Amino acid sequence: MIKTADVVIIGGGISGVAIAYNLLKKGVKNVVVLEKDYLASGATGRCGAGIRQQWGTEMNCRLTKYSCEFFENAKEELQYDGDIEFKQGGYLILSSTQKEHEQFKKNVALQNSLGINSKLLTLDEAKEIVPFLNTEGLISATFHQKDGHLNPFHATQAYADAAKRLGAQIYTFTEVTDILVEGGKIRGVRTNKGDISTNIVVNAAGGYSQLIGNMVGVALPVFSERHQILVTETVAPILDPMVMSFSLNLYCQQVPHGGFVMGRGDEGEPRDLRITSGWHFLEEMTKTITRVLPPLKDVRFLRQWAGLYNMTQDRQPIYGPIDEVEGFYLAIGYSGHGFMLAPATGLIIAESILGEAASLPATELHLNRFKSGNLILEPSVV
Amino acid sequence: MEDNTIVCRCSDLTLQDVRDLINKGYTSFDELKRISRIGMGPCQGRTCMQIVLRELSIATGKPISELSPGIFRPPVKPIKLGEIARHALEGGEVNHD
Ligand SMILES: Cc1cc2nc3c(=O)[nH]c(=O)nc-3n(C[C@H](O)[C@H](O)[C@H](O)COP(=O)(O)OP(=O)(O)OC[C@H]3O[C@@H](n4cnc5c(N)ncnc54)[C@H](O)[C@@H]3O)c2cc1C
Repeated sequence: MIKTADVVIIGGGISGVAIAYNLLKKGVKNVVVLEKDYLASGATGRCGAGIRQQWGTEMNCRLTKYSCEFFENAKEELQYDGDIEFKQGGYLILSSTQKEHEQFKKNVALQNSLGINSKLLTLDEAKEIVPFLNTEGLISATFHQKDGHLNPFHATQAYADAAKRLGAQIYTFTEVTDILVEGGKIRGVRTNKGDISTNIVVNAAGGYSQLIGNMVGVALPVFSERHQILVTETVAPILDPMVMSFSLNLYCQQVPHGGFVMGRGDEGEPRDLRITSGWHFLEEMTKTITRVLPPLKDVRFLRQWAGLYNMTQDRQPIYGPIDEVEGFYLAIGYSGHGFMLAPATGLIIAESILGEAASLPATELHLNRFKSGNLILEPSVV
Repeated sequence: MEDNTIVCRCSDLTLQDVRDLINKGYTSFDELKRISRIGMGPCQGRTCMQIVLRELSIATGKPISELSPGIFRPPVKPIKLGEIARHALEGGEVNHD
């Protein structure tokens, strides 16, 4: 294994490989990614990989718009020989309470002002997009055609292959066991395969980010929470958009391959890094989905699994350096939307490390917001 | 020579497809599964797993007993979503068809 590096990135999920790619593209030479298992073995390979620009804060609209446009051109930019399966069938977001409906009006106005062509729909209009939608109990919907979902394994592989072509060293099955700090500065990392000396470490360890924080002696204000998800057998295409609802607590998409992927968040999920599957999720999920999308009653459920959301108090990520340790950068705490932020994450962290002017509005996402109390008030987050 | 024997009937992969992926550097069943959908179909890998593990064993030089077959995920047999929902709402036995 390599002995020294300019930057060591901990975590081979979509964040880690996106950061590596952006650093190399900007000319940093010696970039190392360390992954304890295989690429996308964490939340990335377990997620819905949905991407939407329909957010309720200007910051999130702009970050996800950037990401979405990146993915539209990813095949050329990353020169991937596979298919990242980006299906832009839109996100159809359902409201079922008056409060939510009022919020959606504000969201759409904001989104439209930022060049995101979302629309507020009546239920009849929503049924033009999903004819079998059961509108009972619903009030309205919003829709944006350019939203959609990708194949998370291939998206990660695409970034990783491009980064490797530019010279990145990606070590899988290599676990960081400690970080060496001297006089408040990063000096290197210790792994199960040897030490690497470096002045810069990026914590992109997803659900394990707090353990990486402990290695430099900093208690990060994050915790991890299990989120479950399931996939059905492959059937003929009937559902174009991702259907989601905050108030009904569901998302459901039909991937290009034909299976339906769906999930929800349960109250009281374990916070101890467990990713086993539970029966309660399955019952609640099937009850809701067969009511909202009735034809799914006859589709067979194939497999269930779970992954970790890395959570912060305001459900927004933490980006950038920290005051306590020089050379230690964070790209963590995404709650349920770190996949769609990845292209933005890559650029934000690369610019931050290189001290370049920020192209994207992410300064508010610094760790210090938890000290100053300037939390981000995003009304439309899972 | 191309070996067009179908290894995974659910996701339609040949032995050659599997060998090509192994040559790309994937060294575990889990990785192959995620990148190619092998073993993700209705049979959950019951048909292909042994063949894939044998190929991995040849490529990596590790005995099959040291290779992880991945995690068996619920359910054992595909069930209609409507059946599970009915069971959740009304109780009683889950009908497997
Ligand atoms: C069920 C579910 C559904 C989701 N749906 C969506 C969605 O639709 N859209 C969306 O945008 N987001 C979604 N998310 C969230 C999304 O998956 C994550 O925010 C995103 O994948 C985070 O990527 P990451 O690279 O930061 O972390 P991860 O993918 O978790 O990667 C971190 C990696 O670090 C490695 N690691 C940890 N510790 C060490 C160590 N000590 N040494 C070496 N390596 C280490 C881990 O093995 C892991 O591979 C979902 C998440 C879940 C669980």
